[in-house]
Amino acid sequence: MADIEHELGRELPVPAARPRPRTHGPIGWLRANLFSSLFNTFLTLIALCLLAVTIPPIIRWGLVDAVWSAPDGLACRGADGQEAGACWAFVGDKLRFILFGRFPYDEQWRPLLVVAIFVGLIVASCDRRLWGRRLVGLWLAGFVAVGVLMWGGVLGLTYVDTSLWSGLPLTLILAVVGMLFAFPLGILLALGRRSELPAVRAVCVAYIELVRGVPLITVLFMASVMLPLFLPSGLTIDKLLRAQVAFILFAAAYLAEVVRGGLQAIPQGQIEAADALGLGYWRRTRLIVLPQALAMVIPPLVNTFIGTFKDTSLVIIIGLFDLLGTVNAALADANWQGFYVEAYVFAAAIYFGFCFFMSRYSLMLEREFNQSRQH
Amino acid sequence: MAESNASDADGPIIAMRHVHKWFGDFHVLKDINLEVGKGERVVVCGPSGSGKSTMIRCVNRLEEHQQGQIIVAGIELTADLKNVEAIRREVGMVFQQFNLFPHLTVLENLTLAPIWVRKMPKRDADELARLYLERVRIPEQADKYPGQLSGGQQQRVAIARSLCMKPEIMLFDEPTSALDPEMIKEVLDVMIELAEEGMTMVCVTHEMGFARTVADTMVFMDQGEIVERAPPAEFFANPKSERTRLFLSQILAH
Ligand SMILES: Nc1ncnc2c1ncn2[C@@H]1O[C@H](COP(=O)(O)OP(=O)(O)OP(=O)(O)O)[C@@H](O)[C@H]1O
Ligand SMILES: [Mg+2]
Repeated sequence: MADIEHELGRELPVPAARPRPRTHGPIGWLRANLFSSLFNTFLTLIALCLLAVTIPPIIRWGLVDAVWSAPDGLACRGADGQEAGACWAFVGDKLRFILFGRFPYDEQWRPLLVVAIFVGLIVASCDRRLWGRRLVGLWLAGFVAVGVLMWGGVLGLTYVDTSLWSGLPLTLILAVVGMLFAFPLGILLALGRRSELPAVRAVCVAYIELVRGVPLITVLFMASVMLPLFLPSGLTIDKLLRAQVAFILFAAAYLAEVVRGGLQAIPQGQIEAADALGLGYWRRTRLIVLPQALAMVIPPLVNTFIGTFKDTSLVIIIGLFDLLGTVNAALADANWQGFYVEAYVFAAAIYFGFCFFMSRYSLMLEREFNQSRQH
Repeated sequence: MAESNASDADGPIIAMRHVHKWFGDFHVLKDINLEVGKGERVVVCGPSGSGKSTMIRCVNRLEEHQQGQIIVAGIELTADLKNVEAIRREVGMVFQQFNLFPHLTVLENLTLAPIWVRKMPKRDADELARLYLERVRIPEQADKYPGQLSGGQQQRVAIARSLCMKPEIMLFDEPTSALDPEMIKEVLDVMIELAEEGMTMVCVTHEMGFARTVADTMVFMDQGEIVERAPPAEFFANPKSERTRLFLSQILAH
């Protein structure tokens, strides 16, 4: 939008004689965007006041008065036992525990590498030139590497039980694996819900409505407490796996409804044209219907993905130590007591980083899809 | 194409016998009998709601008939999906609303079916597509998206898209009704050329000038029935039925 306006602005013939109000440069920008009318000026001033009141104390607490290194919690506090500024020394001291939790200390380069692999894969997926078979191959290789690094037991790596997996890698595994499996499942459910076969339709509707009607916590509880009761004794399913599956099934129901919204927006004519060419159901769906339907629902899709990412923090109630779990555990240290704000600000920053990335990415996708089609 | 055995028979390439169709309680098609020979050009006309679209959409089973028999290119249309897909490969269709795929470029619109249905290598499909774009006189638009073209251009792309499947039969459902007047001619010209090359065509249209030029047979439908079926000269000069005469007087009045 801004680009277009900019372009137009440049092409306007500029009368030589009459001086025009400046529309370029910082002052021109201010005038056009912040002080264009009386009401706008009023809003700008109010916003400035609010910022003036809130920003300086935050900067003072977070940067100026902050304690960056200290041997223990007492050193962070003044003589009166009050904190003057943020005690980042706490986060620094606990950093490895917060990030990697109970994973064996000497082996923590492995989860670090796992985080790097995930970030690398996610960044690589942003490049649309890579989309296709190569990217699928990259992800598969990535998953194998993540599995090997986390479990070990091969290539001279010591075996690490899933009960010790914790912190950021656990959060990323739950979220990324969850989304990657929930997305196709959600698409199938959405297609099933619009199927012409009554049995398929009934199953999909029942599943979606059932899962959406139950809180995620309940599903997680059922997976971790009730499921073992039904299994024959001796047979146990890994707790992490149960949580992961519960997570996938849950997210899929929500994604299905989002995708269904897109499917409904496809004009009947598109389907008829594909049929008339003899494409058949699956090719029609893959080549004509889904590309258009999914492009239409990018914003709500990403919304659901962001929600899913943050929902991973609920696994704490069944005893898995995700990022928020390790933060809580770190707070229990007797040497560092009461630094809740610092701990949660740090955790929030990590969550925010990933969620913000997702929302920017979705904006980029939207822009790209729209650019090629309209005008 | 060796897939269909219709070309070696002299019989009709489309045969509809005692076809009936209902939408709920509404009897849309009543005892339709129509035969179209290979290379024959049939123009269907009739008042709005008379069932013209429904009839030609039955030919490639975009609509299902409930009674009677439809045989296309030697294959009978039944619930068997194999037959339906075989027939759809041989029958091209052009819609009133173009129905191009907006997320694909013009070239991709054209090559999609040859690549995925005919299993043609991409390079051959591209070459074929450019050939047909040339024939509908828009070779320079290959890399644009449908949304960037005018209505007339879009409809010509739609015709080319159907032709890329090398169909034996082309169905047209009011191909010029959604176009601005100045674009109608460019589409009709392409259709006339196609007719001159001997394509079997069934065309629903109210363009009577076009009908006079290309039609071998005129069909007039009213209230779900085929009321009259005659060569154009006879059809326009002395229609037998009162309903036809009334319709023609209305449509030729302006
Ligand atoms: N899917 C449907 N469900 C119910 N009724 C329908 C359906 N499609 C068409 N009809 C009805 O069937 C009748 C015939 O429709 P059809 O589209 O074949 O007419 P037409 O001759 O093509 O008319 P037009 O010139 O307006 O395109 C109309 O009365 C229409 O309302
Ligand atoms: Mg019609």
